[in-house]
Amino acid sequence: MAEAFFWLALLAYGESVVAYAANVRSPGRAGRLATWGVRLGWLAQTALLGVQAARADGFPWTTWAGSLNLFTWLVVVAYLVWGCTPRYRLLGLGVMPLVVALLLAAWAGGGTGSQAPSSSSTGFLVLHVAFVLAAFAGFTLSAALAGLYLWQERALKRRQAGILRLPAPSLATLEILVTRTIVVGLPCLTVGIVTGLIRLRREGAGVDALMVVTLVTWAVYAAFLLLRYEAGWRGRRAAYLALTGFALVLVVRLGLPLAHFS
Amino acid sequence: MKVVLVGLSHHVAPVELRERVAVAPEAAAALAATLVRAGDGEAEAICLSTCNRMELYLASRDAGAAEAQAVAALAELAGVGGDELLPRLYRLHDEAAALHLFRVAAGLDSMVPGEGEILGQVKDAYEAGTPGPILDHLFRQALHAGKKVRSETAIGESPASVSSAAAALAQQVFGDLTGRRVLVIGAGKAGELAARALAARGATIASVVNRGAERAATVAEQVGAVAVPFERIGAELETADVVVAATGAPGLVLQRDQVAAAMRVRKGRPLFLIDIAVPRDLDPAIHDIDDCYLYDIDDIEAVVASSLAGRRREASRAESIVAEETDRYREWKTALDVVPAIASLRAHAEEIRQRELERVEGRLARLPVADRRIVESITAQIVNKLLHLPTVRMKEAAATPNGIVYADALEHLFGLNEKERPK
Repeated sequence: MAEAFFWLALLAYGESVVAYAANVRSPGRAGRLATWGVRLGWLAQTALLGVQAARADGFPWTTWAGSLNLFTWLVVVAYLVWGCTPRYRLLGLGVMPLVVALLLAAWAGGGTGSQAPSSSSTGFLVLHVAFVLAAFAGFTLSAALAGLYLWQERALKRRQAGILRLPAPSLATLEILVTRTIVVGLPCLTVGIVTGLIRLRREGAGVDALMVVTLVTWAVYAAFLLLRYEAGWRGRRAAYLALTGFALVLVVRLGLPLAHFS
Repeated sequence: MKVVLVGLSHHVAPVELRERVAVAPEAAAALAATLVRAGDGEAEAICLSTCNRMELYLASRDAGAAEAQAVAALAELAGVGGDELLPRLYRLHDEAAALHLFRVAAGLDSMVPGEGEILGQVKDAYEAGTPGPILDHLFRQALHAGKKVRSETAIGESPASVSSAAAALAQQVFGDLTGRRVLVIGAGKAGELAARALAARGATIASVVNRGAERAATVAEQVGAVAVPFERIGAELETADVVVAATGAPGLVLQRDQVAAAMRVRKGRPLFLIDIAVPRDLDPAIHDIDDCYLYDIDDIEAVVASSLAGRRREASRAESIVAEETDRYREWKTALDVVPAIASLRAHAEEIRQRELERVEGRLARLPVADRRIVESITAQIVNKLLHLPTVRMKEAAATPNGIVYADALEHLFGLNEKERPK
C-alpha cells in the first residue's frame, strides 16, 4: 500500500514538473494541470505518511531517509500556500523538481517504506524533528521565492521584451514573501534547535558537524532578518542571503546526514 | 427564421464613414425597434454600434427583405444612397453571421486583438436591442464565447499600448500601485497620458516638474498634483516611486549622479523610470544603478510588440473556441428547424389513428370497456413503434448540417403541411 502511494505521489509530482515547464511556453491549461498534479501528489504522499504512521506505532520519521520524506511533504505544504495561484506558477518550476529529487532520495534511502519507530523516540525528539523540518521547508520556499525574485529582477534589468507575457509576482511581493517565510521559519528552527539541545544534554551526547552547520544556518537567517529590518537590506542582496541560508539547509539535509542520524 | 447581418467596420470602412453611421446607445435601441416594426410580425433586431463598427443583426422569415431594410437604414445614417454604400458593407447570413458575432465578442475582429471593451459593448447592444428567440440565443452564446475566450486563453492579459505597458512594467516592480508616488518630468501630453495610466491603476500623481513653471502649474492642477520647480527635482526623486519623463528638451534632463544621490537616501527602495521622450530625457546609465529600472520608448515599444505577438498567438486558440461555439449554434439552429417536422409527423400519425378509430367507432362501441382500451393502446403502440426510429434518426440528423434536408424529405414523403405545423 505504502509503495503504491509513493509511486502515485512521485508520478503526480513528476507530471507537475512537466506541466510547469510547458506552462512557461504556453501559459494556461498546462499551469492548471500542474497545480492539480501537486494537489494529487500531496494527497498521495499524505496517505503514504498516514500508512507509515499507522504501521510504526510511534513517530516513524527519525531516520535520515524517513525525515527526508516528511521534509518533502512539508515543502509541498509550504508551496501549496501560494503555489496554486496562477501568478506563482513559476515558483513551481523551482520547487517541484526539488521535491521530486528529494522524494526519490527518500525512496532510495528506504524512507518511503515501513518505518520502525526510533528506539529513542521521545517527545523531545518528535518536537525537534518536526520543528526543524518545518523550518527547513519554510526556508526552501523562501529560497524558491528569492530565486524567482532574482529571475524577475534580471528580466527587468535586461529589459526583456516578453517580460509581461509570463505572469509572475512583482518584486515587492516576492521580497515581502521571502521575509515573511523566514520570519515564520526562524522561530521554528529556534524551537527545533533548543529541543534538540535539551535532548542532547539529557543523553550526554556530543556535538556533531550537522549541529554546527544547523547553528550557522540559524545565524544566517537571523542575520537576514536583522539586516532586513535594521539596515534596510532589500532587493538582490537580501535574495542572495536567503539563497546562502538555503545552501546550508541543503548541506544539513543532504550533505551531512549519516553522522547525525546514526 | 434567418439571421441577417449587415454592417461595416474598421476593416472595410474609413473613419469618415464610420463616424457618420455611429449612433449613441439610445439611438441604437430606437433603430432596432424601428427595424422590428418595419419587418414581418416575428422580426428581431439588435444594433451594435462602437467606434470601430456599426452592425445590424436581424432575424426574419424573409432574409432578402431584412437585408434591404438594414442597408437602407445604414445608408440613411451615412447620408448616401444604398448602392453607394454597398461596397463598404458586409452582408452575412445564419452561420456566417454567428461566426462573425462570436469573433467580435471574443475581440478577434478588433483593431487590437483581444481588447476587452468589445464584450461589454456587445452585452449593452443585446440589452438595448429588440431580440426574439433567435437573436436572444445568438447573443447569449456570443457573450458566452467571449467570456470563454478570455478565461481559457491569455489573449487579453498583456498590454497593447505604450502607456498601459509602462504601467504594467511598474506593477512588475511594485505590485499594487495604490499609494505609489509618480513624478512627472515635463508638461506635455505624452507624459500626462502615461501618468494617467499609472493613476488608473491606483498610483498618485504627486508632482509635476517642468522648466516652464506656468505650464507645470496648469498640468499639475489638471492631474491633482503639485508643481515643483526644476531645481528641486533631487528632493522629489527621494520620495517618488515612478518617474515619467516626457519633455521636449534637446538633451538629458536627469543625470546618473542625481539619481544615485537620491538612491542613497532611499535605502534600497526601487525606482522605476519611464522615458518616453525623443530625444531621451534620462541618462541611460541610470539603469545601471541598483534598484533602478529605466525603460525608454524603444524598450516599452518592444514590450508592446511582444505582447501583441503573444496576443496573436493566443488568437489561434481563441479561433478554435469560436469555431466550437459556432458549431454549437449551428446544431441549435438546425434542431430548431427539425423539431417542428418531428412534431408535425407525430401529429399527422396521431390524426390518422384517431380518424381510423372513429371510422370503426360503431363496432368498437359494442366491445367491453377493457377490450376498447386494449384496442386504443395497441394502435397507439403501433404508431409509436413505427415513428420511434425515424424520430431518433431525425434528432441525430438535427445535430448535422443535413438536418434540414431530412426535415424537408419528411415533409415531402408524408405530405406534411408547413402551415399546420405546431409552433
